[in-house]
Amino acid sequence: MDSKKELVVPRIENGTVIDHIPTTAVYKVIRILGLEKYQDQVLIGNFLNSDKLGKKGIIKINNKHFTKEEISKIALVAPYATIIDIKDFAVTEKFATEIPDHIENFVKCANPKCITNFEQIPTKFDIVDKSNLKMKCHYCEKFTTKDTMVIIDK
Amino acid sequence: MSTLKGRNLISITDFNKEEYLEVLDIAEGFEQNPKQRILTDKVVATLFFEPSTRTRLSFESAANQLGARIIGFSDPGGTSVQKGESLHDTIVMVSSYADLIVMRNPKEGSSRYASEVSTVPVINAGDGANQHPTQCMLDLYSIRKTQGTLENLQIACVGDLKYGRTVHSLVQAMCNFNATFHLVSPEELKLPSSVKMSIKNAGLKYYQYTDLRDIIPTADIIYMTRVQRERFPDPLEYERVKDSCILTASMLEGCKSNMKVLHPLPRVNEITVDVDKTPYAYYFQQAQNGVYVRQALMSAILGVK
Repeated sequence: MDSKKELVVPRIENGTVIDHIPTTAVYKVIRILGLEKYQDQVLIGNFLNSDKLGKKGIIKINNKHFTKEEISKIALVAPYATIIDIKDFAVTEKFATEIPDHIENFVKCANPKCITNFEQIPTKFDIVDKSNLKMKCHYCEKFTTKDTMVIIDK
Repeated sequence: MSTLKGRNLISITDFNKEEYLEVLDIAEGFEQNPKQRILTDKVVATLFFEPSTRTRLSFESAANQLGARIIGFSDPGGTSVQKGESLHDTIVMVSSYADLIVMRNPKEGSSRYASEVSTVPVINAGDGANQHPTQCMLDLYSIRKTQGTLENLQIACVGDLKYGRTVHSLVQAMCNFNATFHLVSPEELKLPSSVKMSIKNAGLKYYQYTDLRDIIPTADIIYMTRVQRERFPDPLEYERVKDSCILTASMLEGCKSNMKVLHPLPRVNEITVDVDKTPYAYYFQQAQNGVYVRQALMSAILGVK
């Protein structure tokens, strides 16, 4: 059974597997991690069966290892994702994504009157409520939430 | 010398309780003796990206009385800003011309950003609907002056508590002084939950009302604000509630003898003119106190007090 599951998205020898991504967030994760420009194998599966989520997405990135800071950004769109580090086809580390306390230059401020929407200023937020994804803008002090969150195009 | 030397004042929460009290103590000295020429070698830039006559004149009067020289503009028309210069570039340039920048700008967060770009301290004179900390400092000064203390007071806030930034700042500042808050507003304009959370986190109590008469016997301070028609999507709603937050002289019977009515001004009709003659009206003196508080802030930040 397990080997059949593995066949849906083939194994990688070295790199990172991002598992348990909500089906709506797979392409956002690709964008956040800049994988469109990545010059190596990226294997993507979506709407795969999952005990945890019902349906899920998975991304396997060959020869790429992320720091926890890099990967923490994806927690904003995939809060239950699992990050698995692979070396020689074996799992060397496995951890859940964790929403960071602070994010910079990643999300737009939802307040249309905020200075960051007028000048070339990297946005900064403190995440004040992780369960509801409520973040306070360092500049205008207004809140952006998961419903109003727009990721900055880079 | 003050510990506030070189600091910015962008949000009221940038200062702590001891620092509020330090500013108020220095301001008292200026009330006794406002014309102290202690900033004669200083240049203060007042950059008003939107007009605000009262605030600008108050800052400029404060700076003038201390002997400082003033550069700046009262609206961005005819300046490089109108030519499309970024805030970043304007601030970098001005910070090489002045020892202190006082800025008002309709874009929220602009003052925080300016303080990060500037090489000299920045005082926020209002950034849109966000913060106006010197207004809050003068409110604290007025409360302490009329009550003799800031501790353990019954503070009533009346009117537009949802959008009124002066109320949000005042509540946050008074959370340091064991206040009890009485919040009077139409249902649509209640205090935001984030500000109520500040009260709860400080372990203090608040009570909510829709009728101003309910708080008259209890309050030490009644802080009035304007309820603006444009805040209501339905004009009928405005008509229904508009009188519930209007203070008249006859309503003041039965209030505490120490009670004072404050208002950030300009008022429209929320305090009727017959209140002006009562011993409880304090809003015009409150505006006057703004000059002393701004003198205190400028001299402390410039390291002269």
